[in-house]
Amino acid sequence: MSATRAALPPKQQLDERGGRPVDRRRGSTLLRHLAVVLAAGLLLVAVSYTVEPFRNFQLATVAAYFCATAGLTVLTGLNGQLSLGHGALMATGAYTAALCQTAFADRGMTGGWLLPLSLGAAIVGTVAVGAVVGVAAARLRGPYLAGVTLAVAVVVPALAVTFDGVFNGEQGLSVPVEPPPLSLGPYFPYERWQLWVTGAATLLAVLLLANLIRSRYGRTFRAVRDDEVAARLAGIHVARTQVLAFVVSAATAGLGGALLAVLAQSVSPGAFSLTLSLFLLMAVVIGGLGRLTGALWGAVLLVALPDLTHSLTEMLTLSPAVAQRLEGNLPLAIFGLTLIVVMIAAPGGVQGLLSRLGRAVLARGRARRS
Amino acid sequence: MDRFVFLTVDGLSRGAVYAAFALALVLIWRAARVVNFAQGAMAVAAAYVAYTVSAATGSYWLGFVVAIVAGLLLGALVDRVVMRHVDHASPLNPVIVALGLVLLIQAVLGMVYGSEFRPAEAPFSRSALTVGGVAVLSPYDLFVFATIGVVVSGLAWMFARTPVGLRMRAAAFAPEVSRLLGVNVGGMLTFGWALASGVGALAAMLVLPTELGLHPHAMDLVFVSAFTAAVVGGLDSPPGAVVGGLVVGLVLSYVSGYAGSDLTPLAVLVLLLAVLLVRPGGLFAPVAARRV
Amino acid sequence: MHRKAHRGLAIASTIALLITAAGCSGDDGPGSGGASVPGVTDTEITVGTHMPLTGPASAGYSKIAPATKAYFDYVNANGGVHGRKITYKIMDDGYNPANTQQVVRQLVLQDKVFAVLNGLGTPTHTGVLDFLKSNRVPDLFVASGSRSWDQPDKYPGTFGFNPDYTVEGKILANYAKRDLAGQKLCFLGQDDDFGRDSLAGVEKVLGAGAVAVKQTYVTSNTNVAPQIGAFKAAECKVVVLATVPGFTALSIGTAARLGYKAQWLVSNVGADYPTLAKQLGAAAPMLEGMVGTNYLPMQNDTANPWIQLFTKINKEHNGDAPFDGNTVYGMSVGYLFVQTLLAAGKDLTREKVLAAVQKGGFQGPGLVPLRFSATDHSGYGGQRLSRVTGGVQSYFGPAYETDEADGSVNEYTAAPVAPPANGVPTVS
Repeated sequence: MSATRAALPPKQQLDERGGRPVDRRRGSTLLRHLAVVLAAGLLLVAVSYTVEPFRNFQLATVAAYFCATAGLTVLTGLNGQLSLGHGALMATGAYTAALCQTAFADRGMTGGWLLPLSLGAAIVGTVAVGAVVGVAAARLRGPYLAGVTLAVAVVVPALAVTFDGVFNGEQGLSVPVEPPPLSLGPYFPYERWQLWVTGAATLLAVLLLANLIRSRYGRTFRAVRDDEVAARLAGIHVARTQVLAFVVSAATAGLGGALLAVLAQSVSPGAFSLTLSLFLLMAVVIGGLGRLTGALWGAVLLVALPDLTHSLTEMLTLSPAVAQRLEGNLPLAIFGLTLIVVMIAAPGGVQGLLSRLGRAVLARGRARRS
Repeated sequence: MDRFVFLTVDGLSRGAVYAAFALALVLIWRAARVVNFAQGAMAVAAAYVAYTVSAATGSYWLGFVVAIVAGLLLGALVDRVVMRHVDHASPLNPVIVALGLVLLIQAVLGMVYGSEFRPAEAPFSRSALTVGGVAVLSPYDLFVFATIGVVVSGLAWMFARTPVGLRMRAAAFAPEVSRLLGVNVGGMLTFGWALASGVGALAAMLVLPTELGLHPHAMDLVFVSAFTAAVVGGLDSPPGAVVGGLVVGLVLSYVSGYAGSDLTPLAVLVLLLAVLLVRPGGLFAPVAARRV
Repeated sequence: MHRKAHRGLAIASTIALLITAAGCSGDDGPGSGGASVPGVTDTEITVGTHMPLTGPASAGYSKIAPATKAYFDYVNANGGVHGRKITYKIMDDGYNPANTQQVVRQLVLQDKVFAVLNGLGTPTHTGVLDFLKSNRVPDLFVASGSRSWDQPDKYPGTFGFNPDYTVEGKILANYAKRDLAGQKLCFLGQDDDFGRDSLAGVEKVLGAGAVAVKQTYVTSNTNVAPQIGAFKAAECKVVVLATVPGFTALSIGTAARLGYKAQWLVSNVGADYPTLAKQLGAAAPMLEGMVGTNYLPMQNDTANPWIQLFTKINKEHNGDAPFDGNTVYGMSVGYLFVQTLLAAGKDLTREKVLAAVQKGGFQGPGLVPLRFSATDHSGYGGQRLSRVTGGVQSYFGPAYETDEADGSVNEYTAAPVAPPANGVPTVS
């Protein structure tokens, strides 16, 4: 009955040589994750000084999307719940952050602590919405869950139009964001600051997620995904676990949405359409479902692929008549074709492919040594 | 009262089309356990073929037939060339491939036909006949009801009474056993895809004259409504798809008529939750719907 | 062992990604152009735009930017502006504000455009106003009738082009008041600032209680039968439509099948006859008698010298694409931008361009004056009415001008100017 449940990532629990569990602890998980995150943070700072502003902005966008895809991959990949509505959760976070920032600005409040406060409010707001959806979702499976979350994805942007007194309809709200602190110097590039802010928030969120995955909760998530009956026999409260997974995933989606709003300095319903929800799902599956690195690849693809395909089409010199037909459409066609080919050639996504490559290289290295 | 009658009839005629499209989704779900997100794009592609044929020959009916044939072929093609090669171990993979197909098909249609709306002709008058001062059904509405009635009863007959239908059901529910019993499971799967895509193309031909016109994205919104309809009815149940389609059509019509068209998405969500929280497998699911 | 491999891979891939990003950045040092005005060299001016080329909103609009580009190509072929050729970078945002964020930053930060020209759409463009302002990028002739572009204090670099929706609503209502007096008037508008501003204009002229039935639609619901049904039930004689082309066609088509007849007064946004006729196909005769508005030469007016010029350019530089109101619009934008560049002088800077637009006084294809001044950044200040007769859309009556506030609707009588002989504006 796996078909009525969402995805199972490729088996990775057992080492194929000895059948020993791979998950051998070496030192504290937290410390190890902390080290990785710190290294990534330092690297990000270094990179932010070497690349030009637009790349900084793109990386910041990757970070914001990574936040959302990481949460989605935990929900769908590890807990087996399919969500087509994460774009709506991002919208919830984005609008909450926008309303907070506007409220602060209107009252003339300034200070470096306001932005974290808005982001926190965005998380709280999205957790509330996520809990409601999650309670409903815990009763549903497979396509029925897909149907409800799809409806959520359509409803939330529509609410922004219905209650245009608060959300200003299609035009959306602007998000006042303060310039970089003066201590960084008067000419500190704004895009670099954006990368720092989103990068820091995302790394923190991912650190927490990584620890959650390795914790007891992570194991119950997987147990529920693999076999609900067995999980129940083992004393796991299935529905509660599913709601928890949904809430966690909603929190990161909300943070991702809030970060996007801060990056764009605006929110509007058109940016959080059903298309976004579908693209997020494509991203986590293409990246490699159930793994945070896969979610990272997915986020990278979301930002880089349209850009790459656009540059590719720009290199062609065409007559105006042909160019008008291809313009915009060719990148989409390439994007669609890539999705299909990757899914057929590498069902484990990019990360699955890389792991396979990595294992092959390691195996060859061992063969040579012995 | 007049308005109520008007909204009811209007809702039913749109609901009938959602029903046909939902039926196509149900067919593929039953045959392959895949929610075919590319259904809308595939149907639009078939409709574009019909448009080309009708424009070249001047015959609506030739285009109509060609659309259905194109739909059948496209369905078989998608199964043989793409879906057959997708790893179905994870049910998400086919969904992602279907989404990739949507992008690809819509982009190709955009390249070939441009992004302008093309007129979608209706074969019969869409002017409503009035009964007692109230505009009721148009000849076109009657045509839609009749066509969908024929399709639904035809499919019901096929699944219940013909060997092909039996083999399809067997292949879908117990592929291994069926294979042992000599059923060509792969062939049945392709047939299921073709059939579903053909019904989808038919639904597109019926719904497009009531929409903005022919456009690569013309079926996006219809797909969302039809998917909702299929879920409300229960994805395993063809009668569920029909009832679900009519219910969704009515809800959309009443809400936009009485409350305002911006509230329709919310109404759809409420409908879904109301149905699914009571019956998590849709209205027409068997009672023991929740299998674990 | 494998854990380590995984983690190593994860880190390695992150590094690879970041390095790729760094590698892509490409060094374009300060060498380009002496005083280093972004997007300007001695031989080239680079400007960019964001447009929906794909997606549901692309119908019609996808033709605007290529038309503008064709006009620039024509000017380039005739020697350019002050010896500089104009490069027009067209970015597809699919009418999705999130994409607009990306592509506009790409234009400004990476492609270093001199200005953003004619970015299309209210929700899309609203999101980049602050970004363009903080980067001091001229944001010229936004393709939307929202009043947001006219905020000189808040957004000194942003200028509109289209007459705003309130102006339009006032002119349509003025016609109804004068020529259709005493007939029950109703209103259907898009559920956003377009519909709201337009209704505000109608009510400014007719009074708040004058609109008998007000209905709205959302673009995500293509069934307008409930709204049209309400008009029919209320026996509205005149219906003002603040609708995009698809929904104009849909509304008129729905009315026909419900057996409902009304005098349609349609916003310029959704009144382009070729677009509507193409969508309606065999049902196009239903458009007979429709009153619309416009402020640029009518695309089918082959006697008009502007249309002759634009048709010629369309043939030579636009692959002879189907010629409609969007083509005229795109080329008119191109013409105005070339006028602006000329007025800004040979030593082109962003400040000079903004000053040139504010100085105003541009005479071009428009039937009504552009309102640009230091305190007014809105575009055209009026419109002329058109009617479909025998399948041909043509102007009737005088052009009108008015403001978005409570000013009266006045006839504008100045004769339209003819284009320069070679089709390229000269320094005035």
